Amino acid sequence: MAAELGLFALILAFLLAIAQGTLPLIGAARGDVALMAVGRSAAYGQLVFLGIAYAMLTYAFVTDDFSIAYVANHSNSLLPTQYKISGVWGGHEGSLLLWILILGFWSAAVATFSRSLPREVLARVLGVMGLVAIGFIGFTLFTSSPFERLIPAALEGRDLNPMLQDPGLIIHPPMLYMGYVGFSVAFAFAIAALIGGRLDAAWARWSRPWTAVAWAFLTIGIGLGSWWAYYVLGWGGWWFWDPVENASFMPWLMGTALLHSLAVTEKRGGFKNWTVMLAIMTFSLVLLAAFLVRSGVLTSVHAFAVDPDRGLYLLAFMAVVVAGSLTLFAWRAGKVGLGGGFEIVSRESALLTNNVLLAVSAAAVLLGTLYPLFLDAFGLGKISVGPPYFEAVFLPLMLPLLLLLGFGPRLRWKQDSPTEQLWRLRWIFAVSLVFGMIWPLFVGSWSFLAGIGAFLGLWIIGSSLKDLVDRIRPRRDSQQTVGTRVGRLGRSYVGMQFAHIGVGLVVIGITFVLGYDDERDVRMAVGETVEVGGYAFRLERLEEVQGPNFDADQATVVVYRDGQRMTTLTPQMRYYFSQQQPMAHTSLHRGFFRDLYVNMGEELPGNAWVMRVYYKPYMNWVWAGAILMGLGGFLAASDRRYRIRVRREDEVPDEDAKLAAAGAVDSGNSKGDAEPKPAG
Amino acid sequence: MKKRQKRLLLVAGGLAGVAAVTGLVLNAFRDNLVFFYTPSDIVAEIVPMERTFRIGGLVEDGSVYRGEDGITVHFRVTDTAVAVPVVYHGILPNLFREGQGVVAVGSLQDGGVFKASQVMARHDETYMPPEAAEAIKRAQREAARTVEHTGGY
Repeated sequence: MAAELGLFALILAFLLAIAQGTLPLIGAARGDVALMAVGRSAAYGQLVFLGIAYAMLTYAFVTDDFSIAYVANHSNSLLPTQYKISGVWGGHEGSLLLWILILGFWSAAVATFSRSLPREVLARVLGVMGLVAIGFIGFTLFTSSPFERLIPAALEGRDLNPMLQDPGLIIHPPMLYMGYVGFSVAFAFAIAALIGGRLDAAWARWSRPWTAVAWAFLTIGIGLGSWWAYYVLGWGGWWFWDPVENASFMPWLMGTALLHSLAVTEKRGGFKNWTVMLAIMTFSLVLLAAFLVRSGVLTSVHAFAVDPDRGLYLLAFMAVVVAGSLTLFAWRAGKVGLGGGFEIVSRESALLTNNVLLAVSAAAVLLGTLYPLFLDAFGLGKISVGPPYFEAVFLPLMLPLLLLLGFGPRLRWKQDSPTEQLWRLRWIFAVSLVFGMIWPLFVGSWSFLAGIGAFLGLWIIGSSLKDLVDRIRPRRDSQQTVGTRVGRLGRSYVGMQFAHIGVGLVVIGITFVLGYDDERDVRMAVGETVEVGGYAFRLERLEEVQGPNFDADQATVVVYRDGQRMTTLTPQMRYYFSQQQPMAHTSLHRGFFRDLYVNMGEELPGNAWVMRVYYKPYMNWVWAGAILMGLGGFLAASDRRYRIRVRREDEVPDEDAKLAAAGAVDSGNSKGDAEPKPAG
Repeated sequence: MKKRQKRLLLVAGGLAGVAAVTGLVLNAFRDNLVFFYTPSDIVAEIVPMERTFRIGGLVEDGSVYRGEDGITVHFRVTDTAVAVPVVYHGILPNLFREGQGVVAVGSLQDGGVFKASQVMARHDETYMPPEAAEAIKRAQREAARTVEHTGGY
């Protein structure tokens, strides 16, 4: 019964998506208020029915309804309940259902929080989101229904892949999908603006918080994926340049560029075409990611079962979206006015450089990811592009970007003096260079590259902190206290600095973990000790233990440092009842400066195992940095000025007034440059 | 500087940057392509020495043994026509089995031994690495052609 109800709800949601994707757009074109109003109700209705469909599938999982093929393939009666609930998105069909549920959620969120938008704009945005929803709900219904019955019903489910039975999996896909799908909002705003021919600062302001939130979710989602791979896959690796990782990284890079380009469009009315283009590209890369993962062209943990129909559908969908939006762009973009001019040294050109470097990075990743697939598709041989390519390309692209990050945010709009800014940061620069070069000595043997990495990380963190301090410290002649000045910092500014400090932490973490990790695959017999990264690992005993749905061999490894007992690690080799395959379960001791990582490999004669014993310095800095970046994104999106516009349409928020005034002082012909030109 | 000159400088700088980056990317790309060869290719000696590449096929039955140190593994990868010896230091993937598909990345050593730096097996029970499938397909196609050939003349 649950399956039929779920399918029925899904069909209703599809019909509502059709309504949402057509009527508001027609209404906006004709100026018909009633038709435009359909958008909001359709969005809410869609969310309700998608919620029902999702609840039905969850119910089937929890009640072990193995008459549904998807449940029978991805669950088992012995599976712990939390994994039954998260198992809903453990396979292709269910994860797609989660995807469209999140799309419904975003549509409803736009309908709720964008009441202040002009009626036509909201109608167009919701209309475009409806079109996207038609594509994805249609994909689910026609190629990948999770509600297919299995006749006769299975007696027992085939179980969830043990790699996915992990708390990391419970949150990684929802976060990632929030990010992916969230970029459809930025896309919808861009397309709506193109249709309406109104591409101005107001548009950028509406679009910015949504983009920031989507970006923050994607950042955290990718971070979680990396964190999960690190301890579940058991190789101690956290980034493999695997095509599926690249699939998520490309929209992230492009989305990061979009976020920065939007700043110029909002504040200065510039880069409009480029911003629209980036919004289209980011969403196209999201579709590409969906295609790569769901079409079966790739093989990895993430790749779902092969079905040519699905790949074809997604390819066609992607072609329609890309071709359609580029045509619209070519047709309408000419009508979009240019923004104010700027000098070579200015915040605009710093952001332009940022955009170019990020877009080129995304293109380089695209080349490395797609080229092997193309060759294979045309039968021209099988090749692969490994991590060395990506590292060789990324290093030279990221170095200037990170260096620029230190003083880019300090530069004034329009025009600035390079010497002045460099002079103000001279101490930060000198101190981070010296400490950066010395730091590697405390981690291991000195290397120039590690010194550069540490320097860049410190430089970014130092200059961000200095900028914050400069803004908080009361001026000598003013009555303001630190408190009032903190209160006056915009959240979008603080969020930006958080995110930048996060980048600094990630850079330091990556530098040291790449440069100084110690990975040993060793034979360990009971009673033997291995020395790795200055720690002594002693195998105390081997025993058999039982879990809820597996048996396991467990090793007890005691770690000593300088003769002091530090911690006990208990890695396992698990044998799940429902699977043929054993699964190694890593044991970790996480720390501020290093992780200790032990994993079991293979049993050897003589009461011994091959063990992986790893020392991973500064690993947690990478995760901490990713979290800080995500928090920064959320904080920036919650800035007051994105909400306040509703009530005081005519009043310019103070920060803008200041900037406009600064622009007026800098240039002679103030107003026209400082304020975005109307379209057309 | 006049406005026009400045713009010219900006455009020239931008073009130079793009050219440099394109050069960098393509160069890195060319140097780091990892080609795929089958065991038959290796026996036919059409494989470059001292370059990293991938091989794929099945782990030959009864060919896996560990060295005395417990860490070095020797096995043979076959495409059902010929087999190539492989040596690897470290932990094999959980799903590494005799008779199952495998892909290894590494380079060819003197004496025709493939020294693997990375060994990959399937991710789940119903999956065969595409390279392994390809190697077997090619070997069998080759075998069929040879049979045809000898049969015909």
